[in-house]
Amino acid sequence: MEEKRPDPEAVLAQVREDEERQRQGKLKIFFGAAPGVGKTYAMLEAAGKRREEGVDIVAGVVETHGRRETESLLEGLEILPRRPLYYKGKTLPEFDLDAALARHPSIILVDELAHANVPSARHRKRWQDVRELLNAGISVYTTVNVQHLESLNDVVHQITGVTVRETLPDSFLEEADEIELVDLPPDDLLQRLKEGKVYIPDQAAKAMENFFRKGNLIALRELALRRTAERVDEQMEHYRRDQGVQAIWPATERILVCVGPNPRSIRLIRAARRMAAGLRAEWVAVHVEAPSHVRASEEDRRLLTEHLRLAESLGAETATLTGHRVSEEILNYARRRNVGRIIVGKPTHPRWKDKLLGSTLDEIVRGSGDIEVYVITGDDPERAPRAVEKKIPLARRPSEWLWALSTVAAATILAAVMFPYFERLELVMVYLLGVVVVAVRTSRWPTLLATLLSIAAFDFFMVPPYFTFAVADGRYVVTFGVMFIVALVISGLTLRVRGQAEAARDRERKTSALYSLSRDLTRERKKDKLSEIAVKHIGEVFQSQVIILVSDERGRLAVWSTGTGTFAIDDKEMGVAQWVFENRQAAGFGTDTLRGAKALYLPMVASSGPIGVVGILPADGNQPFEPEQVHLLETFSNQTAMAMERVMLAQQAQKEHLNAETQSLRNVLLSSVSHDLRTPLTTITGATDALLRKGDGLDREKADELVRTIHSEAERLNRIVRNVLNMTRLESGAIQVRKDWQSLEEITGVVVGRLSERLKDRPLNLAIPGNLPLVPFDAMLMEQVLTNLFENVLQHTPPGTPMELSASMQNEGVVVELADRGPGIPPGQEEKIFEKFARGRSPGGGTGLGLSICRAIVEAHGGRIWAENRPGGGAAFRFLLPVEGTAALPSPEEES
Amino acid sequence: MEKRLVLLVEDDVQMRRFLRVTLESEGYRLVDAETGGGGLLQAASRNPDAVLLDLGLPDMDGIEVIRRLREWSRAPVIILSAREQEHDKIRALDAGADDYLTKPFGVGELLARIRVAIRHAEMQASGREESAFTAADLRIDFSRRQVFLSDAEIHLTPLEYKLLLVLVRNAGKVVTHRQLLKEVWGAAFVEHTQYLRVYMTQLRHKLEADPARPRFLINEPGVGYRFKYEPGQSK
Repeated sequence: MEEKRPDPEAVLAQVREDEERQRQGKLKIFFGAAPGVGKTYAMLEAAGKRREEGVDIVAGVVETHGRRETESLLEGLEILPRRPLYYKGKTLPEFDLDAALARHPSIILVDELAHANVPSARHRKRWQDVRELLNAGISVYTTVNVQHLESLNDVVHQITGVTVRETLPDSFLEEADEIELVDLPPDDLLQRLKEGKVYIPDQAAKAMENFFRKGNLIALRELALRRTAERVDEQMEHYRRDQGVQAIWPATERILVCVGPNPRSIRLIRAARRMAAGLRAEWVAVHVEAPSHVRASEEDRRLLTEHLRLAESLGAETATLTGHRVSEEILNYARRRNVGRIIVGKPTHPRWKDKLLGSTLDEIVRGSGDIEVYVITGDDPERAPRAVEKKIPLARRPSEWLWALSTVAAATILAAVMFPYFERLELVMVYLLGVVVVAVRTSRWPTLLATLLSIAAFDFFMVPPYFTFAVADGRYVVTFGVMFIVALVISGLTLRVRGQAEAARDRERKTSALYSLSRDLTRERKKDKLSEIAVKHIGEVFQSQVIILVSDERGRLAVWSTGTGTFAIDDKEMGVAQWVFENRQAAGFGTDTLRGAKALYLPMVASSGPIGVVGILPADGNQPFEPEQVHLLETFSNQTAMAMERVMLAQQAQKEHLNAETQSLRNVLLSSVSHDLRTPLTTITGATDALLRKGDGLDREKADELVRTIHSEAERLNRIVRNVLNMTRLESGAIQVRKDWQSLEEITGVVVGRLSERLKDRPLNLAIPGNLPLVPFDAMLMEQVLTNLFENVLQHTPPGTPMELSASMQNEGVVVELADRGPGIPPGQEEKIFEKFARGRSPGGGTGLGLSICRAIVEAHGGRIWAENRPGGGAAFRFLLPVEGTAALPSPEEES
Repeated sequence: MEKRLVLLVEDDVQMRRFLRVTLESEGYRLVDAETGGGGLLQAASRNPDAVLLDLGLPDMDGIEVIRRLREWSRAPVIILSAREQEHDKIRALDAGADDYLTKPFGVGELLARIRVAIRHAEMQASGREESAFTAADLRIDFSRRQVFLSDAEIHLTPLEYKLLLVLVRNAGKVVTHRQLLKEVWGAAFVEHTQYLRVYMTQLRHKLEADPARPRFLINEPGVGYRFKYEPGQSK
């Protein structure tokens, strides 16, 4: 039998997860079915044991509720002082997260995981505090009851009739490293309750009475046991995966749940979560945004977002699809993602609507093929935690009503004018035209008003008996009916088309905003310019002020963005930004964390990790960003981060390249210099040695010969040292080009004068025109160029070779040429000879630096240098010096 | 004639040894100092005819040495500089040094510079104004402001003449761009080196047989100009 090996990708993911966990603190949850089962007690007992083992353990928050036996366990344990926070005129001793992070114990006790923090705390919920502690590498012992679990919220409500507001995402529980079930049989718990050993807050006393019924306790206990059992199952699965044991369930199983703004969706989501957990399947919460729903009320959008967030917090992947036919989109998506089961809510609207408009549910069921479809009842609307209904205005603007009225009036006047000459059917058309106009210009309800008014006006003015609403001929009722339906259909279609156009425009706007951002970002190579671009784009798209903060090597943020469009940041806001950077999590205005901040802060995450923070200050102060905007913002900030990372990496690479090049230059220089210096030094040492030893014994001629050798070798040494020095200084940037208006004739004279001794056996023709203008160059560097060019010719041509130096004014500048009639340059080497350490073929040559120094100097002047073989033999070295403008010259004076 | 006294301020032992041998064999007396402070002390006590000053001294900046020396001494100073000290060299010349030599230098060159410097200083000290100047086939009649080349008169503009005059008065010595511009055009023109280029080119074309291989008007790149002249060459 073939043994199934673990998928390498999955193993790698596992390793990464494990590594991440290593750095993280460990989370141990003491899990119970109901208050009073002894979770806190169990936690303290475990803590006591660890303390005895010598573990650094601190009590962050422990609610003893005045119970003696529990309090006694606290003795000897270091207790972190609470932080008083003011809320609604009261001072509440809250858990001090910052103190805990600063204290940094190995383990901290944080009771009641589902607790909701007061608004002035950093996070909305205590479990978020715990997550931060874990991220900081602190292990946490905590407690939670089963009724606080998000996915069981409605089940608990059904069982006990108590609505639990403090909820905990299931995913958080699942991330726990260890779950310890603290179990107590219901009878024992009831006994403890009777003895007054269970703490019940006064305000909840009545509700709690219901809660602690035996039936409830049994049901809750079952829930808790089942959750724990599921958890054990998961561990088993993990084990199997780790050990490469083949999974016995299909891992590709996927569940899709259809979510909308309807509060019933919550139940669907929880049902999906339970089913997914039971099947160990992945699950997706999908919302289909029909173009006609684009202008859904703000309240609906808020609810929808909340539902999608809930699904996310329960471990679902979420997706928003856009399409006209909901059923089609869902089925297409389901097929694409290999979904096996679809969960849909039971329809609640009247049956006739389905008959008239078609039923989405029906279409899904019919089109589902081999996908199973589950239809689930939503909660009773009364019991659903429906948010306060917000009054939605019927028209977008009051002027829309006026539009409807005046259009109908205009249609009536036009119809009245046409009345004597036309049939009534044509007049109906005039009214329909009016309705279309209203539909194009306004929204749904004004259009309906226009439709009704049109029918009324038509009846009143155009249908006998005139100027009454009475109708003589019953057939007109049919006309009215058809008119009504046609008007409704037309307006419906018009509104839908407009909605689609608006949705398309909206998407288009987002896409193009993102496109233009990334396009501008890719073009830029400077980091500060990048932040400028990001500020501009984000500011424009979100109508807000933007700040970009980038971290230095030590992880401290510094402001990068400047100019208009950015805002000043104070210490408090900076603290928020720093928190965001360190925790890689959005915070500030409109989020659950550090809600008091003025702006929203998002981490800028590049592929290597966070590199900074983007802060967005909304223009109109108190309007939080919608979730989809936040999504887009995240994309923007990550795009910016990627671009910045790219630039930083490029800079780093360039620096390293430069370093490597310098290093290799140094190496070559060293080896070259040690060789080149040693040869003349050997000759000099040898010659002087001979002179010293023999003294008078050496005849005059031979002694002179030796001295001449010493002299020329010393000169050679000097040349080598000069070139090496020049090259090093040019490479290191120590030489600055000081351009001055100079005379080429003059500098040539200097060089020829200096080299006169060595040039004397070669005919040299100097052809520099007397009228050549002054050229801007650095005299000392140019002297070097000419010297090196001459020395190069001297080196590579036999004595007697004719040479010519000429210069001419060309379009771009002055071209100087040194030509010889020597052996020429080996073909194909014309470029190479200007490279460093490119030595010619003649023996005893220089360092191979002379020509590369020429090139470096000429290029530093903005010119270029090249070489070629001349027709008729020999080589020509040319360089161009650009001439821009002319020298400011003294005005000519009279000859005396 | 009494032997001239040369003060050498140089920290390198081998350089001092080489220069001592060379100069003493050429009929000079030599005192040396390793440091700028020591050099100033020697200069004050021995009153040398010429000073050879290395720019890279261990205790103080060579320019500082010149500045202090110039407070009380007119002895000609010749700078000995390495190539990396181009800029210091010009500063030293503008601070009152008379000439310079770039290491490594030939003995012939060194001796010529010393001769020129001493002669120039003696001329100035004597306050003697010569009425004419001759170098090879070039002759200048100062009183008539006339210039002859192989006995043919060369017409110079007033500025050309003035420029030539400054160079000839310092014959054999380098004159920096700054000094030339200041003397010929005035203090406001010390940055206008392009004026010099133009007038020097004109002068060369009038006075030199091959302007690209000048015999008299020598350019010292980055520093200034020198009228090439060896005392004893004339007369």
